[in-house]
Amino acid sequence: MTDIANAPKAATTKKPGLKERYALMTRGLDWETTYQPMEEVFPYATYEGIKIHDWDKWEDPFRLTMDAYWKYQAEKERKLYAIMDAFAQNNGHLGLTDARYLNSLKLFLTGVSPLEYMAHRGFAHVGRQLPGVGARVACQMQSLDELRHAQTQIHSMSNYNKLYDGFHSWRHMHDRVWYLSVPKSFFDDAITAGPFEYMIAIGFSFEYVLTNLLFVPFISGAAYNGDMGAMAFGFSAQSDESRHMTLGLEAIKFMLEQDPDNLPIVQHWIDKWFWRGYRVLTLVAMMLDYMLPKKVMSWKEAWEIYAEENGGALFQDLARYGIRPPLGWQQACDDKEHLSAQAWSTFYQYQGAAPFHTWMPSAEEMDWQSEKYPDSFDEYYRPRFEHWAEQEAAGNRFYNGTLPMLCQVCQIPMLFTEPGDPTRICYRESEHKGETYHTCSDGCKNIFDYEPEKYVQAWLPVQQIYQGNCFGPDADPTAADFNPLLEVIKWYRMNVGVDNSPYEGSRDQQNFQAWKQQTTSNAPAGGSPAGA
Amino acid sequence: MAVAAVKEYVGVPKDTQDKFHGAQLTFIGWLDHLMFCAPFAVPLPPDMPFGAIIEGVLPGACGHHPDFAKIDWSTVEWTKGGKPFSPDPAKSLTENGMRHKDSITFRTPGLTGIKGSST
Repeated sequence: MTDIANAPKAATTKKPGLKERYALMTRGLDWETTYQPMEEVFPYATYEGIKIHDWDKWEDPFRLTMDAYWKYQAEKERKLYAIMDAFAQNNGHLGLTDARYLNSLKLFLTGVSPLEYMAHRGFAHVGRQLPGVGARVACQMQSLDELRHAQTQIHSMSNYNKLYDGFHSWRHMHDRVWYLSVPKSFFDDAITAGPFEYMIAIGFSFEYVLTNLLFVPFISGAAYNGDMGAMAFGFSAQSDESRHMTLGLEAIKFMLEQDPDNLPIVQHWIDKWFWRGYRVLTLVAMMLDYMLPKKVMSWKEAWEIYAEENGGALFQDLARYGIRPPLGWQQACDDKEHLSAQAWSTFYQYQGAAPFHTWMPSAEEMDWQSEKYPDSFDEYYRPRFEHWAEQEAAGNRFYNGTLPMLCQVCQIPMLFTEPGDPTRICYRESEHKGETYHTCSDGCKNIFDYEPEKYVQAWLPVQQIYQGNCFGPDADPTAADFNPLLEVIKWYRMNVGVDNSPYEGSRDQQNFQAWKQQTTSNAPAGGSPAGA
Repeated sequence: MAVAAVKEYVGVPKDTQDKFHGAQLTFIGWLDHLMFCAPFAVPLPPDMPFGAIIEGVLPGACGHHPDFAKIDWSTVEWTKGGKPFSPDPAKSLTENGMRHKDSITFRTPGLTGIKGSST
């Protein structure tokens, strides 16, 4: 403990260095409480079963102090907002490859940006609850980072809201729309866990193991498709992300080094959160393979680089603590052949309930799929997509008008197939207190069976719709012409027939073409911006 | 341990049968036809005859598929909870042993989707 009162006077000493100031903040400023017992000050520190003997063993490789943190972040903000302003003022949106690209941003804004905000809340909570001050300070900084990421993403994408459809009610939608219950329930699960599980869930499994599969595809996708705004927020977040990854890795190593009893608990969390994170990445797989007009790489290639190679090396490194690769790892590797096509099929047929546009891949794009997925695309998915494209050309586009069965844990429609057999849906079932619960995979069933009391409470959108809980206050279910699915779409605040229409013939498509033409010809002004 | 919690913790399910206004939720999957990305979820009256699924529910749900009109219902193989199931079309769902949130599937021999791709 540093004795502040007896410290030498400032005039006679030089200013302490960064390392020294960090040590003062994270070791010297903490104290054992005496008016209140420590277990009441930190009420969540022990119930998960994690044993910590010496918080001073916590090693934060970044050793950031608050003044340094503010300085770095302010510098990054200045650069970021200069780029965003320039992009907006120069009609940067007209430099996009194609307006189809915007749909990946709509997916990001509705599905991912709200998670950044939840991560902010989660780390603020954990930063309060962990008894070790080094970990607390690191979590506090990550909490601020996550708030900044949420803000910069919203600012960057708000530029498109003036001009294109589907960007307007992302926050409202996040709590209601069927597919957004997937990312929402993922984070709600994490934030209602204890502080140590949260560190493994978000700090380690998500930030360390899976983050490259989320951010690299989106941000590279932005770069490949001319979106300077999204690219800039991605780069601005990058140095934060590397700090987050290091924090996650330190958290897991610290838990494992503190007590051998922590190993089985940590292993279970890795199994669980790898699988939960992987299921959320279903949306990214589809974005990479189907939504980017100019493609960066296939989902399969991304998985091989960022999961199989990088993740494989990580788990080799952790083997010395007794950690093995997560359950479900092999299945995730096998499913890379099918994930994106199965997901895109789902959004295509439920287009009417999604606030972004879908389309069938062009003949050229189908050839790209065949080349990237030689073992699966032509056999399983080309016949489906060609059939749909033909039907669409004949004016008979396929819409699935019946709601799907959902997985109790990941909340994704039960679209995943049995390991090793892409022609059969994978069904898993559990009983708890006389009720039946359905899951999409061994991974989700294991999670349910371990903590059924938590997952029986899932707010499953399909079940809620059928109970009549998803209509606006002005809906009248007794009216003769009551259309329940239309009322749900209105409750989602989708602009019916505009936000949720097929891309072909959409206002986004027409406006983009008209505006783009004006930049290179003397064509008369056309197009009507979103909301007009 | 059914949950990790700081004190006694009881989860309240949000989809028990009493919340469905007299209906029971039924999940129906058509095997080898993944053009329908996931099994269907439909709320049905428990006293409805099973045959009404074939005549009243499935045409609306599956009619878009070219195989649907070709189904010979006398050869269809059903499962319930993954086990073989021989429903009597004239009897009600309850009389056929179907409960809330049961999952049934049907296979249509000889019909395996667009170009045999299980689509």
